[in-house]
Formats: sequence, C-alpha cells, structure tokens
Amino acid sequence: MTTHLELREPPQVSGGEQEHGHLEELRRDPIGLMRRVRQECGDVGQFRLADRDVVLLTGAEANEFFFRAPEDVLDQAEAYPFMTPIFGEGVVFDAPPERRREMLHNQSLRDKFMRGHASTISDEVQSMVTGWSEAGTIDLLDWFAELTIYTSSACLIGPKFRAELDQRFARLYHDLEQGTDALAYVDPYADIDTFHRRDAARLGLVDLVQAIMDRRVGAPPATDDDRDLLDVLMSIREEGGEPRFSTDMVTGMFISMMFAGHHTTSGTAAWTLIELLRHPHAMAAVIDELDHLYANGEEVSYQALRAMPQLEAAIKEALRLHPPLILVLRVAKEDLEIEGVRISRGKLVGASLSVSNRIPEDFPDPDAFVPERYIDPRAEDRANPWTWIPFGAGRHRCVGAPFAMMQLKAIFSVLLRGWEFELAQPSGTYRNDHSKMVVQLQQPCAVHYRQRHVESNRPPV
Amino acid sequence: MRIVVDRDLCQGHGVCESEAPAVFSVSKQGVLTILDESPAEELRPVVEQAVAFCPTSALRIEED
Repeated sequence: MTTHLELREPPQVSGGEQEHGHLEELRRDPIGLMRRVRQECGDVGQFRLADRDVVLLTGAEANEFFFRAPEDVLDQAEAYPFMTPIFGEGVVFDAPPERRREMLHNQSLRDKFMRGHASTISDEVQSMVTGWSEAGTIDLLDWFAELTIYTSSACLIGPKFRAELDQRFARLYHDLEQGTDALAYVDPYADIDTFHRRDAARLGLVDLVQAIMDRRVGAPPATDDDRDLLDVLMSIREEGGEPRFSTDMVTGMFISMMFAGHHTTSGTAAWTLIELLRHPHAMAAVIDELDHLYANGEEVSYQALRAMPQLEAAIKEALRLHPPLILVLRVAKEDLEIEGVRISRGKLVGASLSVSNRIPEDFPDPDAFVPERYIDPRAEDRANPWTWIPFGAGRHRCVGAPFAMMQLKAIFSVLLRGWEFELAQPSGTYRNDHSKMVVQLQQPCAVHYRQRHVESNRPPV
Repeated sequence: MRIVVDRDLCQGHGVCESEAPAVFSVSKQGVLTILDESPAEELRPVVEQAVAFCPTSALRIEED
C-alpha cells in the first residue's frame, strides 16, 4: 500500500513559460501538447492553463479512475467556463448534479424511441438531397452541420419545432460553437471577436425562438399529438399565471439539449465519409453491405437499428482517429491519488480522448485507418473499454452514443445508396481546426457528389 | 447462470429491457431492476443478446 509520504507531485510537461502557461499552445496545437505530456510524464502529467494546473491522465488505469469517479469527487460543473455564456445562466453545467442527472435521462434518448428517430433522420437526409442536382459539390462542414441541426431538433424537441427552422438557425448555432475559445479560462467575456460573435449569435437564436413562440400564441396545439416540447414549456405557468420559462431560458435549454449531439455527429459523419473516400476498399465493403441489407426493400427505420458491421467499423475507426472531443475536464473536489501521484483539491483533471485512442499497445498501427480492428475476435473497442474512449467511458459515457450510431447509420444508408462521392481536394488537406474547444473541420472541406446508377437489381442474398 | 450489473456503468438506456423484458426492467428515471437474477436456461439466448447489446457494457453473465 502507498503511504502518504511516498506520493509524488505530478511531473510538469516542458514549455508553458508564457504568461498563461500552456494556454497559447492549447489554443494552437492541443493534441501536440497532450501527446508531449504522455511522452514526457507518462500516464499522469501536468500542464498549466492560465492560473490553474491541469493534471492530464492517459492510459487504461488512469482513465478508469477518471471515468468511474462520482460527481462529488471529480466535478464537471466548474470545469467548462466557456459553456456558461453559450447555454446561459442556470442551464446544465450550472445546475446542481441531481438536475443534471434528470436532464441526462432525457426520455427521447431511450431505446424504445430509436425506431421513430431513425425514420425522422432518414426523411431529413432525403429532404436535403432533394435539392441536389445530378452532380455537384458540397462543403462537408456546412452540409452536415445544417443536417444535424434539423435531425437533433426534430428528434429532441419535435418535428413541429424543426419545421420552423432554416439555415439561419444553423449559422447562428455555428457561431456559438466557434465561441468556445480556451481563452475563457482567463476571461469568458474577453474582448475578442469570437466571443462577440458568440454573444450576438445567442441573442439571434433567442429572437428566432421568440418569433416561433409568438406564432404559437395565436395557434395553440389542437390535440396532444400536436404538442412538442416547446408547447409543453410554454404551457407551464407560475401561480400568478405568468410563464414559468422566459424565451431566454427556453432557448438556453434547446441550445444545451442540441449541443452534445450536434458538432459531434456532424464532424463524425464528415470524417467517416472522408476516411471511406481515402480507403476505396473499405468504401466498397460498406456499399456492398448496404446494398445487400436493403435488397429486400426494408425501411431505413428498421435497418438502422440492425447490425451493419462494415459501416459500424468505419464509423468507430473515424471516431477513434478523429474524436469530436479531444479533452474532457473535471475539477478535483478532494485530494486524490492515482498511480502514486497526488492530485490536490481544486486542480483541473483531464482525460485526453485523442491520445488514449492512439496508444500503440492497445491499437496496433495506431495512426492508420483499420476498420478490421473492430471485427471479432479483435474487437479492439470492447477489448479496451478504458482507452477506446471516443464517447468517454463509465458513468459519464456519452448517453447519446447509441442515438449517434443509429443516426450515422441512417444518414449513410440514404447517402451511399443514392449517391457516389469523390474527394474534391488533396486528401491531406482535410483536417480539423483545433483553435476552439469545440473541434470542427477546417474549411475548405469540399467533396463532389454524383447520382448513383445501380447497374442491375441485385438479387436478395 | 447469474446476471451481474456494474452500477457505475449502467445509464438506463433500456436496451436490455427491449431484448429480455422478462429479466430486465428500466424505470422512467433510468434505474435498472433485474427481475430475475438467475433466469432459466431457456432465456439464455435473449439474456446473451441483452449483455452483448448493452451500450455501456454494464452487464455480464456469471456461470453457476
């Protein structure tokens, strides 16, 4: 057993001599910084973020410690100061743990609602490709970001609310996501352009929601079936009769409900397509799988909930190589100890998804796109539950993960059966922009599409 | 066989309930109740499905 005397302080990574420690490096090359922490310090190392130390954990043992810890040991609430101006005061990360737990258990994410969601998502993709010509070019960031605004609003808030949204909502939402500069660790309201745009975008979204609410006041839902979440929130009144939730609060709730599933799914859809286009053999296997599965005329709402080993493997590999969240953070609420190292109360503690996902001992040839690693008996995701962590792990594992996988399967069921794609720029020029805490594809990120003509009707297998 | 659940991992998605409603029940608040901790052998196929498709790998089967 380790006694207190033997505990070491976390080793400090090189660099970070500037005013705000490693902040500038985190804003410029966060993955490089986190890799260096592991190289120089091992499973437990430390860097400096403004006036706080961040203890960075990687590897199975340290990650299991991180992801099993309850809220009162490792707390998320204070760890993300850049989210409060986006959600608004009193929403999600500012709420007490019990309230957050309720929100996590959003009924619409439960298994029994998945089939209806799959049908909704398939319709949304169809409606977006209806505007396509025989052939053309799309920007992956713009296209998938708009699509996932429609799918997440339709599934989480309701189709009626979704029907009142257009590109304006998607553009404002994008400005919000771009407002996640790590400079928020110094000052969430610093005088920089991205923060001004973030605040203007939030006000713009409140205006859009207000206009939708104004239209509904004159036309209340006729039946219960016609009620969506917005109708429900509008109908809740204080004792005096005034509305319980202001437009600002309703907008904040919708922003927060959509946040976790938006840029994440959008980015993963784009990266799955890019990697499949970079690896024609894997693309052929996926298209073959889809053609066989749908040969009997089943609906997407049925198939998207069934096994699709080739497509699932491609999605998982895109997630491993390009996790939409690269770093998750908590605050230590008490003095802790991991692998003989002391973590003092009040420090930030982080787990690096992008570094753990590429540990060579767990994932041979870690930088290569190898969907075969998920096929039994290798099953490297299930074999490494604490290092294959694109969705996090343990009690904090993304509650939307099954929804996300279903959504991606539904999206590609429509796209890849109806259309052929081609990279529109050199393969190496597709990369992520890591200058914000919310990772997005760097533009330009264009692909060409062309309507697919299936040569013959393949017989069912 | 005996069913073991890791409560740190369970998030109450309800996939197990969909696969084997005689064995698993998940409340509206997302709390899992195992209705039958040692189910009969003829339920093995559906219980194995529930274990395999649990989105958080919170379930396992221990043999007697």
